[in-house]
Amino acid sequence: MLRYLLPLGAFMAMAVFLAMGLSRDPRAVPSAMIDKPAPPIDLPLLQAPAQRLDVQSLRGQVWLLNVWASWCGPCRDELPVLRDVAQRHGIPLYGLNYKDKPEDARDWLARNGNPYVASASDTDGRVGIEYGVYGVPETFVIDGAGRIRYKQLGLITPDIWRTRIQPVIEALQ
Amino acid sequence: MNAARLLATWLLALACSVGTIVAAAPASAAPTAAALPPLSAADQQRADKLAHGLRCLVCQNQTLADSNAPLAHDMRNLIHAQLAEGRSDAQIMRFFEDRYGDFVRYDPPFKPATWLLWLGPFALLALGFWVLLRTLKRRSGARPPLTADERARAARFLDTGS
Repeated sequence: MLRYLLPLGAFMAMAVFLAMGLSRDPRAVPSAMIDKPAPPIDLPLLQAPAQRLDVQSLRGQVWLLNVWASWCGPCRDELPVLRDVAQRHGIPLYGLNYKDKPEDARDWLARNGNPYVASASDTDGRVGIEYGVYGVPETFVIDGAGRIRYKQLGLITPDIWRTRIQPVIEALQ
Repeated sequence: MNAARLLATWLLALACSVGTIVAAAPASAAPTAAALPPLSAADQQRADKLAHGLRCLVCQNQTLADSNAPLAHDMRNLIHAQLAEGRSDAQIMRFFEDRYGDFVRYDPPFKPATWLLWLGPFALLALGFWVLLRTLKRRSGARPPLTADERARAARFLDTGS
């Protein structure tokens, strides 16, 4: 009996692991930035270039940093969710406008609506690299002590917001 | 959801393969490239070596040196800039590891989290040998000793050769 059950068991175990592997997103890399302090941004604001975004002034509250660009298709798809986050849940939402031309980005906001308190212009993507950004859109949850507590790679669907991000924020508040 | 992901992966692969065309536009928007100081031949060699040891996070099965993704371009420029500032190879590796994790290295480090990765194949080989040895032993040991009668028959066959 064992000589049949053993290979069958081994096969089942392999099948389970392979099925798990298939259902994972191979592009999602565990972020090295979790629990690290959010790197300083210090970039001109998209809509007021004379001012700069100061991450330090946001201490004491949980806030979101959404990395977006006008050339990024999914960024438009997640706008309704972001708008909902900002308006209904009252969580400060800031944008990092990644490798974009400021005039294109401003047009894009005018066309699609602006859910952000403010967006910083990261035209050369240097601050993006500090945050370990590699696939726009990305969204970081930053806690009151200025640490990154969660990173969402790719667009936020209402489902992802409810099941993954909202619980993290509620636990922090 | 899955179809969308599949499509996204496919588009990404396409973007990676035609990267030369795609990369040209966003990369030229970044002003960093023009401002880079020239490197000595030795430093250029170090830059190439580092770029070959780091993974492009966008086209994940390509090194920074091979990839045409805009991010790979930016990261190569960063290697260049940091070498010009006199940073060591280890410091530059560390810089990318701090931001992108072990995955950014083509050659993952040996540490508790990667023990399974490095030692797994050897463990499997050892397991295979163990099963082989056990099976061989059981096979040779499983044969019951010949009875006197069988022994006599065997001797007869061997003598006559039939």
